[in-house]
Amino acid sequence: MRLEPIADPGMGRTLGLPAIALTLTVIAASGLALVAGGDPFSVLGLIVQGAVGSKFALLETLNRATPLIFTGLAVAVAFRAKLWNIGAEAQLYGGAVITVLLGTGFLPWPSGILLPTLVIASMVTGALLLLGPAILKTRLGVDEVVTTLLLNFIALLFVSMLLEGPMKDPMGMGWPKSERLVAEARLPRLIEGLRLHWGFGLALISAGVVWVIQTRTTLGYEMRAVGLNAQAARFAGIPVGKVILKTAFLSGGLAALAGFSEVAGLKGSLTLDLSPGFGYTGIIVAMLALLNPLGVVISALFVAGIFVGADSMSRAAGVPTYIADILLALALLSMVLAIMLTRFRVVRG
Amino acid sequence: MSGSSGARTVLRLDSITKCFGALTANDRISFDLAEGEVLALLGENGAGKTTLMNILFGHYTADEGGVEVFGQPLPPGEPRAALSSGVGMVHQHFTLADNLTVLDNVILGTQSIWRTALGTGAARRKLADLATSFGLEVDPDARVGTLTVGERQRVEILKALYRDARILILDEPTAVLTPQEADALFGTLRKAVAQGMSVIFISHKLHEVMAIANRVVVLRHGKVVGRVATAETDRHKLAEMMVGAEIAPVAPRPATPGPALLSLDQVSTPSEGAAPGLAKVSLDLRAGQITGLAGVSGNGQVALADLIGGLIAPASGEMRLGNAPVEDWSPRAALAHRIGRIPEDRHKTGTIADFSLTENAILEAYPSAGFSRRGWMRWSAARDFAREVIDTYDVRCPGPETPIRLLSGGNMQKLILGRVLEDAPRIVLANQPVRGLDIGAVTYVQEQLIKARDGGAAVLLISEDLDEVLALSDVIHVMSEGRLSPEFARGTMTPAELGVWMAGDGFAEGSHAA
Repeated sequence: MRLEPIADPGMGRTLGLPAIALTLTVIAASGLALVAGGDPFSVLGLIVQGAVGSKFALLETLNRATPLIFTGLAVAVAFRAKLWNIGAEAQLYGGAVITVLLGTGFLPWPSGILLPTLVIASMVTGALLLLGPAILKTRLGVDEVVTTLLLNFIALLFVSMLLEGPMKDPMGMGWPKSERLVAEARLPRLIEGLRLHWGFGLALISAGVVWVIQTRTTLGYEMRAVGLNAQAARFAGIPVGKVILKTAFLSGGLAALAGFSEVAGLKGSLTLDLSPGFGYTGIIVAMLALLNPLGVVISALFVAGIFVGADSMSRAAGVPTYIADILLALALLSMVLAIMLTRFRVVRG
Repeated sequence: MSGSSGARTVLRLDSITKCFGALTANDRISFDLAEGEVLALLGENGAGKTTLMNILFGHYTADEGGVEVFGQPLPPGEPRAALSSGVGMVHQHFTLADNLTVLDNVILGTQSIWRTALGTGAARRKLADLATSFGLEVDPDARVGTLTVGERQRVEILKALYRDARILILDEPTAVLTPQEADALFGTLRKAVAQGMSVIFISHKLHEVMAIANRVVVLRHGKVVGRVATAETDRHKLAEMMVGAEIAPVAPRPATPGPALLSLDQVSTPSEGAAPGLAKVSLDLRAGQITGLAGVSGNGQVALADLIGGLIAPASGEMRLGNAPVEDWSPRAALAHRIGRIPEDRHKTGTIADFSLTENAILEAYPSAGFSRRGWMRWSAARDFAREVIDTYDVRCPGPETPIRLLSGGNMQKLILGRVLEDAPRIVLANQPVRGLDIGAVTYVQEQLIKARDGGAAVLLISEDLDEVLALSDVIHVMSEGRLSPEFARGTMTPAELGVWMAGDGFAEGSHAA
């Protein structure tokens, strides 16, 4: 058996195969639910209900999707230019740390000035965290997969050091957590009376902005050209190294916004469990969205819904929440396979 | 068929046909290979030689026809089938592991994975026997990465012989060899056929074919256009068959050369791996003149093209545009000086496969005011430009939004040509502009280059095809090992005389030191 490229896949293949992939995922998940001792239909039903079944559930899903949209966008932007940013987790914590540093009274400014300042400061911090690996890649050819991945651990240990030391809340009863943000540094609710903060709005706006950058600007054109064929891009005069650095700046900044939005919108302070792997899940989100920035919003909602729904299902049906991880893994694998099959045909002999 | 003797047939190809879309790469190709003979498969680039070998080795499945080895039909699409039935291939690009020794490379893949010990003792003896009986001396313990290109080729041949190949196929084996190494290779092949081996020798070099082959099968545009014994033919007849009557030499009107638009004065560039850099090259590209560059591939043409295209800068010596020396040399700078560039590899360097025609059409010009303003793309202007190129240069395609990978090589090249010429370049760098194109596209591209010249552009034509260089160029230079011959005016040199320079022999006289 071997693969033969398909010249023009056509709409049926492009849309049909992902649909089949998701259907197969659901069937496989049903089997797992059965093995775990639950009734497949009720387990899947409970997941859907737990994700979107009530106002509370829906808001919880939207809140959970917010950091995933940011990290998903960060990964989508970078991967589009073949910059393999696996370090969204580190950049997220970078954004969170700077938000806490500046937002706990250091800048005695009103909300209208302080919040934009925090957004910019977070983005710059995240950008700088990715700029190092990007410069090493463009100048010395150091593999950014390794450097960005390892930076995640360095960042987490660094945050741990800060929370045990200089940033530790004196009133925190010994818990490793930071002081709380001042009221002016907190993101307001998106709609009065609903438990949904402006971070979600900012995430949607970011997705729109990234889409515009990619499709309408010279930078987006350059990023796509570099990602698809760096050799041809270089020959045509596109400054490949500079484009990669700009991409890194954008990607790191987006990931850092996840940290900003979690601290300023949801938690109010920084703890070591701020992110349950949002940076890594961002890779799944971006891949499921085929690196399309608007698709990232949808896939982030899908992924968040599965996590939130699985939590609630677990309480009701007694099936472990791990099923959410497996569901996502299956969805990703079948999606990757579907993408491959839209581009290649399996030929015997 | 003029078989050399009554020797038995070891390999038979029976009306092999293979189409890629509209292109028929192989059109009912049939021939036999007899035991103990060297059969040359002669044809230009794109004639279908490589496709044919890929079918024989199961990498492609033929649409029609079959292959028989030693009287047994070969199952299609199984790469192992050809190997196990005694056919060995030496590829143009070697398939060796650089960090393993010669011995390891030779036995790689021949041992069962269940064996705990590698039977290297027996392998070493067998290798030594093969090396002495075929004249393929090479140190079995040397790491392949340290060997010369010629030695690596010997390892490839040893690899095939070690697997008991009785039929040896060599794809353009001399393209990377020096003349001495090529002679040694021919010695080996003669020893091999004397011991009953059969050889298919794929080449487009006539003198080699005449020197080594017993019979020649000539391919042109996927068809067999001639089968002759070398004893009954000569180089001119073979050339006629290979190139065909279609390429009536394009005869451009005499040029009216103007001032030099680009001059190199004693320019040197560093070598890149195996590819030599430029060695004190002096060259004038004059307005209204086609300067042809002949030479065996890998003799510094890449460095010269990269230099003029803006990808590398001179390490020493001076490069002038008009009368001003260039500084800060880059592709953007080259474009700003109106140097239009047709790259050697249109798939990898010239275009981005998944980009649309529109996106490819503006790949060089997108920063200019026409296609973007303050960082915002002007897609409607870009689409209009793409449509104009498509219409003017007769690019056959469904529309400007089609991904360019769906286009044939000829249409892809027409888009690149349009991208270059629509900008009215003052200098045109055409690097292998017609390689692999069908006849119609070849003629079209060549006519456009002549038109650009007549419009006053300085054209540099780099080609491995000597006939193309001779037909199009007003003046010719020859490159060898990074050195550039003096300028020869049209009609003053025969191919044989240029061949002497291509072999690097004319340079010893030092007559060209300007």
